[in-house]
Amino acid sequence: MKRANISVLIIATALGAAASGDVLARDEIRVVGSSTVYPFSTVVAERFGRSTAYKTPVVESTGTGGGFKLFCSGVGEDTPDVSNASRAIKSSEIELCAKNGVTDIVEVKIGYDGIVLANASGVAKYNLTTRDIFLALAKDVPNGNGDLKPNDAKTWKDVNPALPNAKIQVLGPPPTSGTRDAFAELAMESGCKTFDWIKAVKSNDKKRYQAICHSVREDGAYIEAGENDNLIVQKLDANKNALGIFGFSFLDQNMDKVQASIVNGTEATFENIADGSYAVARPLLFYVKKAHLDAIPGLREFVVEFVSEDASGEEGYLEERGLIPMGGAERDEWLNKVLNFNSMS
Amino acid sequence: MPGVVDRHRGEERFRRLGLAAIAISMSFLAFFLVSIIGTGYGAFIQTAIKIDVDLTYQEVGLEETFTPEDLAGVSYRSAVRSAMRTLIPEDLGRRESRALYGLIGAGAEFELRDIVLAQPELVGTITSFWLTASDDVDLYNKSGLTEASAQQTRLTDKQIEWYSALKTDDRIVKRFNWTFLTGSDSRDPEVAGVWGAMVGSFFALGVCLLLSCFVGVLTAVYLEEFAARNRWTQFLEININNLAAVPSITFGLLGLAIFLGFFGLPRSASLVGGMVLALMTLPTVIISSRVALQAVAPSIREAAFGIGASRVQTVFHHVVPLALPGILTGIIIGMARALGETAPLLMIGMVAFIADPPTNLTQPASALPVQVYLWADSPERAFAEKTAGAILVLLVFLLMMNLFAVILRRKFEK
Repeated sequence: MKRANISVLIIATALGAAASGDVLARDEIRVVGSSTVYPFSTVVAERFGRSTAYKTPVVESTGTGGGFKLFCSGVGEDTPDVSNASRAIKSSEIELCAKNGVTDIVEVKIGYDGIVLANASGVAKYNLTTRDIFLALAKDVPNGNGDLKPNDAKTWKDVNPALPNAKIQVLGPPPTSGTRDAFAELAMESGCKTFDWIKAVKSNDKKRYQAICHSVREDGAYIEAGENDNLIVQKLDANKNALGIFGFSFLDQNMDKVQASIVNGTEATFENIADGSYAVARPLLFYVKKAHLDAIPGLREFVVEFVSEDASGEEGYLEERGLIPMGGAERDEWLNKVLNFNSMS
Repeated sequence: MPGVVDRHRGEERFRRLGLAAIAISMSFLAFFLVSIIGTGYGAFIQTAIKIDVDLTYQEVGLEETFTPEDLAGVSYRSAVRSAMRTLIPEDLGRRESRALYGLIGAGAEFELRDIVLAQPELVGTITSFWLTASDDVDLYNKSGLTEASAQQTRLTDKQIEWYSALKTDDRIVKRFNWTFLTGSDSRDPEVAGVWGAMVGSFFALGVCLLLSCFVGVLTAVYLEEFAARNRWTQFLEININNLAAVPSITFGLLGLAIFLGFFGLPRSASLVGGMVLALMTLPTVIISSRVALQAVAPSIREAAFGIGASRVQTVFHHVVPLALPGILTGIIIGMARALGETAPLLMIGMVAFIADPPTNLTQPASALPVQVYLWADSPERAFAEKTAGAILVLLVFLLMMNLFAVILRRKFEK
């Protein structure tokens, strides 16, 4: 009998513990979205939690698309307040949001991220154009007669006689990654556009244009190395012939091990990405639900902290983490919009 | 029939093959342990720098009488920074000052704040404190300062010069890294620790244990001792066996749909994590409990029935106690598996940056394997050793659980 009593007691306490925590009231900020913005968002979250009386915001890395899916699932305490993105929100996502009642969204740009093509330091640095990148990595390349042929380039020399006679081996992220999307859009497409007839395809068959410019070859020259950028750096260190694709912040942390290739005559340096001369760079943003600003304690202050001079300003602590801040005029323009919490139009 | 010589040779061959198999698996294990311990031990050591902080009233901006709130409001950041500046008697530009502040850890100001808040009598004095160094200094200090490490470091030449000056001044030591065990997730490697993840794992496993114990053991007892053998129970049996082989992420999806979607439980909570893990361990617990119950000799049941015991009495007074060692082993092995799982937690939002350790079951929590996963993906170099360190902590827990299983079995088998 006694034993039975004890087990009843245990069950009761378990259920009690489950029920006593307020399931509905949420007092911490919830952030979801891009894995590229994650390192910056978490740093701000941690500082915010330490230096204010609010709780440390919870940041999930779901990818940009996955983040918007959660973000746009509705208004209320069981939906996230902020969604990080490594690209601007798409019109389809705005529609999804609107359908679920998320209408007033504040868009916040925090700076830029560069994507680099790097190889191990100690060997010759590559000097590429986006056209070389397209010709080396696209699934199908122009055959010279206004049509396509499967990409059969084996070495960089096949692509451009000025390049070294080394096998094409590029380690990069898988198709689910935002970095891969951005790479396809910024590097491959810009190289692809240099062929006039492909550019002409864009106006009458956008789908075909996308397929030509964004498809990456699958014959082993492009090696999908997973989402872990650290792993790519390690593999480059071990294989001196390979190139790797990853974000600037990883280059910044591993300057002793890897070096970035020159793209279109511009080095992938901090200054070149900030002033827009480096071709393969993208904006980093986050989106805030206006309806949550008053409901979730600290959300307003969190946004203000994120855009503060100390954080995303030119010598802020995010810069130390590899974020490339916006320049003066652009920054002022965004600050003006954000600090008034103007909705996206 | 092969002759005796042939048979002996065959036996010898088999024995050698067996030994070779063991040797191969042992060498894999040894390789794993050596590489993890080799990288991970560094996580338990940290570098500290001694700085003399000027806490005189004028410097910190306090009157002779002050309240705890005043004390909390002091700018410890600037106190640490001016202490760093006094270490290096040079005139530094803006960039160089920043490089100098880069030697001390990002958490130093908070360390200092906690010490001063605990000992308010320090105000008004100039006191030496050992504060945690930054991750780059830490790595450089631990690397043994060979030529190779000098090239590998992210410190600038100027910073190395300052470092050497501090080192000869005996202002740099290595000490045991308590922060790693008492701190929670952080984006600064020198501040990061596994405590928050450990608490999260503990909560989730507690929920998982309760649920899988009651539901699992009772299911097994009912199916084995009370249920009639018919098509229906056979169907159940097949399904339970199949569930044991389902990939764990599926249970995460189930949890997302049912616990979060339908019941509206909070995202990232250890309560939901425990429930999802319980779903995953249930089949294991049921199967191993049933095997343990089957192993109880039928004569025991017959004897109990023979002296007039009811079915419930027979089962709970005789069969279950005898099967207990096997049941407990099954539960603990199921728990050990749950402890190492990340995939089901991914879907319910426990794979997230959570810096505050949870204080109840509904607060956002992470778990030990989640921490390993997140750190492995961080750009900062110093997280490599933290990752290995967290794996070591996880291994110690698994080892303890298995040891516990062995002890329990020994105890009950007597």
